[in-house]
Amino acid sequence: MILTVNGDQVEIPEAIETITELLQHFKLYDKVIIVEKNGEILEKAKHSESLISDKDSIELVHFVGGG
Amino acid sequence: MIIGAGALGTGSAEMLVRAGIGKITLADRDYVEWSNLQRQQLYTEEEAEQRTPKAVAAKRRLSAINAEVDIRSHVMDVSVEEMERLIEGVDLILDASDNFDIRMVINDISQKYSIPWIYSACVGSYGISYTILPGETPCLNCLLEEVPMGGITCDTVGIISPAVQMVLSFQISEALKILVEDRLHLRNKLVSFDLWKNHQSTIKVDMLKKADCLSCGAERSYPYLSFSNQTKTAVLCGRDTVQIRPSQRLDRDLESLDKILSKRKGEVKRNPYLLSFSTSNHRLVVFKDGRVLIHGTKSIAEAKTLYHRYLG
Repeated sequence: MILTVNGDQVEIPEAIETITELLQHFKLYDKVIIVEKNGEILEKAKHSESLISDKDSIELVHFVGGG
Repeated sequence: MIIGAGALGTGSAEMLVRAGIGKITLADRDYVEWSNLQRQQLYTEEEAEQRTPKAVAAKRRLSAINAEVDIRSHVMDVSVEEMERLIEGVDLILDASDNFDIRMVINDISQKYSIPWIYSACVGSYGISYTILPGETPCLNCLLEEVPMGGITCDTVGIISPAVQMVLSFQISEALKILVEDRLHLRNKLVSFDLWKNHQSTIKVDMLKKADCLSCGAERSYPYLSFSNQTKTAVLCGRDTVQIRPSQRLDRDLESLDKILSKRKGEVKRNPYLLSFSTSNHRLVVFKDGRVLIHGTKSIAEAKTLYHRYLG
């Protein structure tokens, strides 16, 4: 499956079906993160039920503390 | 008012002072160290040598740049009490801190006194910024849902100074718009970027504003201004040790921390209950419940600096 993630086209395994699994795939599960799918923000509670499909456009923004 | 005089604090202060801002308040608890000089643009080798407090060194340099600006500078470990004292007459708060403890306090103070603030942070080649307008945008508490804990810091994975400058450009452009009251042109989006990976995102987060948020909602209680939600510190008598206890009980992932700290200069030892990290002068002992003992200092300010440097 091909997704656009933060502007880059990336191929991800077909076994990945939800946003939660995508975050695990990118090893982002321990970060506080905001996910936008096709222009819409997904609340955290919906990550595990939100399905991803080919050609979806995903923006991932994680919070960091340094300064 | 700028909270913190590290990379973001020195950069934003210099831009605003050169722009001829009328009055600026700067607060920082730390002193200049050699490792700061790669990105903290107001400081010199001499100040690192002398361990000059950052607030003192910053004021000296800023006054030399523009003597007409009224610069109020404080060597101070800012928390709730200090924020309450400094906030009078402030038009805008710029976040230049290195941790979420103080950011949550800034967020609640901003809501309590209806003063805008700009969250900004960077690490590695990544940066993020968001402008928070009380009564209009979501606040940081709405966006986070939970306070990020631990993870990478500028001292554990490093930071390249272009990432600092990029965040500063976003932060100070927004600051200038607020200060000249041109709110029409504010970005109104959460911006993030990774300069190494050539990524940039701007996303609209308005829908994350929560009507029941305890910081900005109708039934607000400003939870981060209450004593129970503050990180507690205590000097342990006769042990040259400071204990830092986070406001919430945590289940810290000692294995991940081991991996991060093993890349640093120092020795890491771990058992199922705690992790010990020794540098040449200090030893940090991190318990699974989040408590940390910092051996080798009686100074709470120094202990907090070490805590946020290595543990985020």
